Amino acid sequence: MANIARSLATLATAMLSGAAFIAPASAQNEQFVPILSYRTGPYAVNGAPYANGVADYYNLINERDGGITGVKLLVEECETAYATDKGVECYERLKGKGPTGAAFINPLSTGITFALTEKTETDKIPIITMGYGRADSKNGAVFPYNFPFLGTYWSAADIAIQHVAKELGGFDKLKGRKISLLYHDSPYGKEPIPMLQVLAKKYGFEFTPIPVTHPGVEQKSQWLAIRQNRPDYVLVWGWGVMNSTAVKEAAAVAYPRDKMIGVWWSGAEPDVTPAGDQAAGYKSLMLQHGAGQFPVHADVAKYVYAKGKGSTEPGKVGEILYNRGIVNAMLGVEAIRKAQEKFGQKPLTGEQVRWGLENLNLNDARIKELGFEGMLKPIRISCSDHEGTRDGRVQQWDGKSWKVISDWYTADEPLIDPLVAEVSAKYAADKKIKPRDCAKES
Amino acid sequence: MIATGQFLEILIGGLMSGVLYSLVALGFVLIFKASGVFNYAQGAMVLLAGLALVRTLDLLVVNGFPLWAAIVLGLGFAAAIMAATAWLIERFVIGPLVNQDGLTLFMSTIGVTFIIEGAAEMIFGSDVYPLRLFPTDAWFVFEELFPGGILINKLDVLGALIAGILVAGLAIFFQRTRTGRALRAVADDHLAAHSVGIPINWIWFVVWLVAGLVALVAATVWGTKLGVQFSITFLALKALPVLIIGGLTSIPGAIAGGLIVGAGEKIAEVYLGPSIGGGIEYWFAYVLALAVLLVRPQGLFGERIIERI
Repeated sequence: MANIARSLATLATAMLSGAAFIAPASAQNEQFVPILSYRTGPYAVNGAPYANGVADYYNLINERDGGITGVKLLVEECETAYATDKGVECYERLKGKGPTGAAFINPLSTGITFALTEKTETDKIPIITMGYGRADSKNGAVFPYNFPFLGTYWSAADIAIQHVAKELGGFDKLKGRKISLLYHDSPYGKEPIPMLQVLAKKYGFEFTPIPVTHPGVEQKSQWLAIRQNRPDYVLVWGWGVMNSTAVKEAAAVAYPRDKMIGVWWSGAEPDVTPAGDQAAGYKSLMLQHGAGQFPVHADVAKYVYAKGKGSTEPGKVGEILYNRGIVNAMLGVEAIRKAQEKFGQKPLTGEQVRWGLENLNLNDARIKELGFEGMLKPIRISCSDHEGTRDGRVQQWDGKSWKVISDWYTADEPLIDPLVAEVSAKYAADKKIKPRDCAKES
Repeated sequence: MIATGQFLEILIGGLMSGVLYSLVALGFVLIFKASGVFNYAQGAMVLLAGLALVRTLDLLVVNGFPLWAAIVLGLGFAAAIMAATAWLIERFVIGPLVNQDGLTLFMSTIGVTFIIEGAAEMIFGSDVYPLRLFPTDAWFVFEELFPGGILINKLDVLGALIAGILVAGLAIFFQRTRTGRALRAVADDHLAAHSVGIPINWIWFVVWLVAGLVALVAATVWGTKLGVQFSITFLALKALPVLIIGGLTSIPGAIAGGLIVGAGEKIAEVYLGPSIGGGIEYWFAYVLALAVLLVRPQGLFGERIIERI
């Protein structure tokens, strides 16, 4: 029955195309926080657990703490179905809600991020793109309202190549190797290509990008080409059904799964379970955290699920994408808390929350206090660095669960930064943006 | 030699993929042939059938049923669901809209698509559900002729066999059975068929039921290939160029169209794709379909419609 009730809510959400999922009440001492989610459509399999994590954490803040220093979170969810047009529509509908408008927006789509980047700056509403979005938006001088927390796709590409080099026995062993990128043919999938081209030039490997058309249910020709070309590694930049199909097709052409490395959006439970035993050996990057239960989950169980206010089945709490949703929501909440230190304990505008995001600084002690110890490393955002941290590990699916198989890697900033500077400078020139002087920002 | 082996592998793989598209296209053809309705909901029906099957199967296996019994009962339950769906569609959508023009009926099936998708996920869930009815590994043949051999996927071969059996069964059904002949009569002129005592509502129920059962067969193959999940509904889009090429009224045409689309798109993707950025197979299938439309608007195997003015 719970499944049916939840599904009814999902259906209603889809039919009303963005109607309230968590019905907002009108009150003056509430901070409005929209959730752009996709619980329907071909990407719902990955979008729903993420949205559940986000919704549960906001619920936790309200139920356990009574809000952020007394300011309750007013949450409304809008269904985008991972479509850029619907994402923009959701944003336009929600940006002005609540007493002070949206605190920030988190579209969980690189396509929507590209579409909203200029609008959010005009509207002065920050856009958090944790582990996705535009890689050049790391440069806060040009992109004051974009926050690609924890890692951009350029960091991910570099970490993936670091791991390949380690497996091969050193960076010098990359020379002459073949590395293919099987990517979702969308802004998301294309984002790592410039960085991989830089890496290919530096280390001397042969790089071949191979696009897969949305949604990715048919990949036979790509995998037959891979079988013929026999790359040493295949990096997978997929989402939704594309990931599990890639694993199955790799098995069908007998391409070794342990030579496949997915980005952190290609490394969750729904990406491997449909392939069964065939997925054993498949690897993926980790956006710091993995699956599992941490102290924050005990609070979620106690204050949210025990009261019957959970968004999903208790058994799914702690899955990888659920955890990513929780981490993302926590960073947003902490940014609001930081902004309250400067602007007062009241509902804040997006512009004020932007200051909180840019001055976010979570050290080990604070992360432990929040119940996230073991899930992520310290993060410090600044004007010139909206990414904050760029560490990742690699996990491997053993047929039943994900196992962490590497130490931490840190993306090579000196290698990535010139590309960030070049591409963001071009964006600034095209849009006639005068970059901020980060030395003068506080 | 490597190039020849690669070409043969891609050609065979493409032909096999095309037959899998034909499995979905067959459902479209059946309904159009019997009622003149272009059933946009066929992809959603594959999803519904697949979810009903896999969820029942999982439930029975967890409760200790032997696998063979779970499969039989699962197929039976899914068939019952498709029968109920056929009845509901006939009773509440197609029946009341009888005598409306084709566009109205087509639009109604778009509505049916969204209702089936929503209801299927509401009742059976929206996760990815693995289905392992058939082997998915591959044979490597002619290894002595070509380095690495030529890869042939077992699931594709099984899919082709199943499609062949389906086509033969449907041909017998349409040609040799009383109901099949009645179906053809209704397709030609439902008013004339009604005037000679053919129960039209019953016939339409039967045709939607048969299309539902074809959807179930397609779901067993595609569910094994992808896992049963929402994206299966996108197969409808893969079936459209197959229908345009093969003709909306021809069952053998659905197979031939599938073969042309499958082989054409795979060869185009591998040999033409890299020079223009790749990712072309989705739209290349429609290029093929448009080319056929320009030369033969009724499709390669479709019936030429001549109307007296």
